[in-house]
Amino acid sequence: MAGVAGPATGSGAAGGDGDDSLYPIAVLIDELRNEDVQLRLNSIKKLSTIALALGVERTRTELLPFLTDTIYDEDEVLLALAEQLGNFTGLVGGPDFAHCLLPPLESLATVEETVVRDKAVESLRQISQEHTPVALEAHFVPLVKRLASGDWFTSRTSACGLFSVCYPRASIAVKGEIRQYFRSLCSDDTPMVRRAAASKLGEFAKVLELDSVKSEIVPLFTNLASDEQDSVRLLAVEACVSIAQLLSQDDIEALVMPTLRQAAEDKSWRVRYMVADKFSELQKAVGPKITLNDLIPAFQNLLKDCEAEVRAAAAHKVKELCENLPMEGRETMIMNQILPYIKELVSDTNQHVKSALASVIMGLSTILGKENTIEHLLPLFLAQLKDECPEVRLNIISNLDCVNEVIGIRQLSQSLLPAIVELAEDAKWRVRLAIIEYMPLLAGQLGVEFFDEKLNSLCMAWLVDHVYAIREAATNNLMKLVQKFGTEWAQNTIVPKVLVMANDPNYLHRMTTLFCINALSEACGQEITTKQMLPIVLKMAGDQVANVRFNVAKSLQKIGPILDTDALQEEVKPVLQKLGQDEDMDVKYFAQEAISAVAQRLRKLDFPVKDSEEPSAPGADKNHFLRPRGPGEDTGKGPAYQLHVNTRDTLPQLDTAEIVLFLPKHRLISRI
Amino acid sequence: METKLPPASTPTSPSSPGLSPVPPPDKVDGFSRRSLRRARPRRSHSSSQFRYQSNQQELTPLPLLKDVPASELHELLSRKLAQCGVMFDFLDCVADLKGKEVKRAALNELVECVGSTRGVLIEPVYPDIIRMISVNIFRTLPPSENPEFDPEEDEPNLEPSWPHLQLVYEFFLRFLESPDFQPSVAKRYVDQKFVLMLLELFDSEDPREREYLKTILHRVYGKFLGLRAYIRKQCSHIFLRFIYEFEHFNGIAELLEILGSIINGFALPLKTEHKQFLVRVLIPLHSVKSLSVFHAQLAYCVVQFLEKDATLTEHVIRGLLKYWPKTCTQKEVMFLGEMEEILDVIEPSQFVKIQEPLFKQVARCVSSPHFQVAERALYFWNNEYILSLIEDNCHTVLPAVFGTLYQVSKEHWNQTIVSLIYNVLKTFMEMNGKLFDELTASYKLEKQQEQQKARERQELWQGLEELRLRRLQGTQGAKEAPLQRLTPQVTGGGQS
Repeated sequence: MAGVAGPATGSGAAGGDGDDSLYPIAVLIDELRNEDVQLRLNSIKKLSTIALALGVERTRTELLPFLTDTIYDEDEVLLALAEQLGNFTGLVGGPDFAHCLLPPLESLATVEETVVRDKAVESLRQISQEHTPVALEAHFVPLVKRLASGDWFTSRTSACGLFSVCYPRASIAVKGEIRQYFRSLCSDDTPMVRRAAASKLGEFAKVLELDSVKSEIVPLFTNLASDEQDSVRLLAVEACVSIAQLLSQDDIEALVMPTLRQAAEDKSWRVRYMVADKFSELQKAVGPKITLNDLIPAFQNLLKDCEAEVRAAAAHKVKELCENLPMEGRETMIMNQILPYIKELVSDTNQHVKSALASVIMGLSTILGKENTIEHLLPLFLAQLKDECPEVRLNIISNLDCVNEVIGIRQLSQSLLPAIVELAEDAKWRVRLAIIEYMPLLAGQLGVEFFDEKLNSLCMAWLVDHVYAIREAATNNLMKLVQKFGTEWAQNTIVPKVLVMANDPNYLHRMTTLFCINALSEACGQEITTKQMLPIVLKMAGDQVANVRFNVAKSLQKIGPILDTDALQEEVKPVLQKLGQDEDMDVKYFAQEAISAVAQRLRKLDFPVKDSEEPSAPGADKNHFLRPRGPGEDTGKGPAYQLHVNTRDTLPQLDTAEIVLFLPKHRLISRI
Repeated sequence: METKLPPASTPTSPSSPGLSPVPPPDKVDGFSRRSLRRARPRRSHSSSQFRYQSNQQELTPLPLLKDVPASELHELLSRKLAQCGVMFDFLDCVADLKGKEVKRAALNELVECVGSTRGVLIEPVYPDIIRMISVNIFRTLPPSENPEFDPEEDEPNLEPSWPHLQLVYEFFLRFLESPDFQPSVAKRYVDQKFVLMLLELFDSEDPREREYLKTILHRVYGKFLGLRAYIRKQCSHIFLRFIYEFEHFNGIAELLEILGSIINGFALPLKTEHKQFLVRVLIPLHSVKSLSVFHAQLAYCVVQFLEKDATLTEHVIRGLLKYWPKTCTQKEVMFLGEMEEILDVIEPSQFVKIQEPLFKQVARCVSSPHFQVAERALYFWNNEYILSLIEDNCHTVLPAVFGTLYQVSKEHWNQTIVSLIYNVLKTFMEMNGKLFDELTASYKLEKQQEQQKARERQELWQGLEELRLRRLQGTQGAKEAPLQRLTPQVTGGGQS
């Protein structure tokens, strides 16, 4: 809206005067005051439209005061209001008047509900940028001060997020004041405010002069990092990253490291977790030398922490940590200082730790190179492939590509296979689903021979899984495999097996054949589709289960574009027409859907020139031919409804298509 | 992996790895749920409290307290207290059984001694006692095994070291309740920091532990006058954090229970601080998802406040209306229950102030498709006091609810609800037949007016939307005399 509103204001002001009489403010305000929350919410969401109708002057003098006065409302309405006001600068007359928006936002920044407050702060930050330096000091900074000294914690919490946006453009004297206010919030009485201050400490440090960082931010950081509440201390860890980035190596060592070391051994696992979670950022921020001296030992401790949460967080960072070590001596260091701990984690008692490790451990192979991988990592991979927890195995399999680059997948294939087979038959369908997703990747890396020999039967077995999601995924998987291995392979290995299922006594399996055909036809091309698949589909039109029959109709619609016109005309059309007379209304409906799609295609083939005038998606508007309709007119109507309304429209449509096809000359002549 | 490891990597902590039972999970800490998503197998538990104790000393039984002469009693007491400060690993249930037994016996003896023997609690033993208690109970609660822990559905994870912990709590309680106990001496050790750590323990998932904590905190509040304001303040911090930041804290119900008795004792007139606590903490607490866990205690607190000071009623009811559940019918029923409790004690002068918004909400509840909500709301009419309030103010209340009741009586799917509504309408008719007839007559008219209004609203917004589009076009192209094209109709007419 900001972009829209901005340019509108110039002329909007002029044109607005004429329109004002149409929309007296009372009417608009009535809308904003409606008793029904939903209507009130709708009105607030269109606040910019109201403001536009009022013009900038009356928005400033009437609308905004109203909004400021009636701030007590449902939080959802307030949230919408806070969001709207962030983009309102244009609607009140541009940057010169941006400060008019501050009073309502100030009230919003003090409400109880966190999401509203956060949104108000976000909008205030946005608007602060639109203030001129003078206006910033005259209006914005006083607002921040008021919030910072508010008597309820909500306003002080909100203030924490506003210091960093007004500091850079303030004068020296004001800067001093701002720092003073921030300092006092860092030692606020309520932990909520200290948490807010701690979470903004890094951001604030970045806009400060280096001297002030050292003399003021560092002491604040040290205090927050030793707060009595662990929820405050852990936020200081985040700030640590930003502060370290600003300081020289010596300063980091002297000013930051004592605190960081303490945090890594904090008595609360939450703080240690945070150190583990932010490890890569910390590593980059403190630089290689301190990393080697301090962070590596700390990391080793985190990897063997007594809380599994902490170990898992650290395990997640193993690869990144290794990657970011200086190239020189990296390998030795990993081998001596990190790998022993990793080996231990492979047999951790907690599955989340193991699975966190499994998600990154394969990445080490590129860092350590072929020999080390084979000698040291491979045993770990193999152990994890045999892990009792499926998530661990899955994580290993999903990252196989990393190892493939270094040592090739063959080294693993002996262990891989049992792992895959076991996952493929896991009792949890989500696990089966996950392994299916990796099949195309595995197939690509293992090659067609290995695949045919070992994995093909698995892929076919999934097609008759008792969970639909698995059958569906298996179908897509086949399509991806065909894309990988080509149509010839499909014709020889996949298609026959799929087609055999058309005679299965279970109708769900027969439907799977249809779904496979839907997925495969495009990848297989016209010949296979016409010669092998189409006959089966057509035959299934006589199935006794209605679900199969209407899926036949759907399939025919789907593969229609791949077939040639002869097949469409002579084979598909009669079958569809027969299905169109089916006793089941769903079958009828889908048959008619297919008929109109096919008809359209037949017609298009004949008059490709006219394409531009018509909707290009087949079936997008099935009736435009006979009865022009507005877009969206036929949305939201269920099959049953369409059935009764459109029966007469669609059947003649096919006939028309026929005429078009067979009497092209007549049409052309008659036109001339 | 049975790989040889460098000595540094052997765990120094005696605890076995794994997770322990009690949960302090936090959303705001930025912990991704990813690492916590778990299939919930039974795992071995551990507790952060053992991690720094590496070399366990051997405990040897000391002589019984009752066997030594009075002159040696305090020296022995000190040694026993020191012995009880040694921590054991309860995850490994067979580790150091002898030591555990020695400590258990010592604790038992201490409990016995402090509860029954006079003259034991002399000034020098206070620091030892508080140190022993602190060492045992203060610990970082480990991560929750089940981050989606639902106190109503799931079994809580119990504290493994309970056999010792229970005795320590019991000892603490008897210490506080002993007739020899001197708050003036103890306040040097039971300070703000101590209380803060005590409050943090309320997050324990073990209900047995929270039960002890509740009683203990209550005693502390009673005996240490200097800590009262601090305890109230820290409690409200916990509540606010619970409402606005983490939405997870196991001990809310217990804290509210203590507060209920604290509020009961407030002197009149109420201090601003207390009123603010009601409006800014207790009322917003109603918005929390897990309200059902502590609603009874919360409602008790609220009603306590209203019995102390009736002028708060308007604030409370407007607050409840603000936080009225939008989608959770279970909570809605609780709100209705609390509202009836409030109405039971409301003064007629206060009722007048809130009757209209209140009964509009009640009417909305009656029209709820969930029959339990509708039923609960209709039960208000079974309450004689409420009925008398309605009767006294029927000129306001009736019009507020009539339309909805009338409509729902024709539309509700549930027969019980329909018949309940008929009863209510009948009461109305008997209450004020004339007004009832007027409302029935004007009902249709109002419906039509509503439709008319909806149409007008739609036209208004359509007009506004067109105006906006025109302005946009106006700024893009040359300005085309906007005055001549005010409404769509005019545009259409002008062109033809």
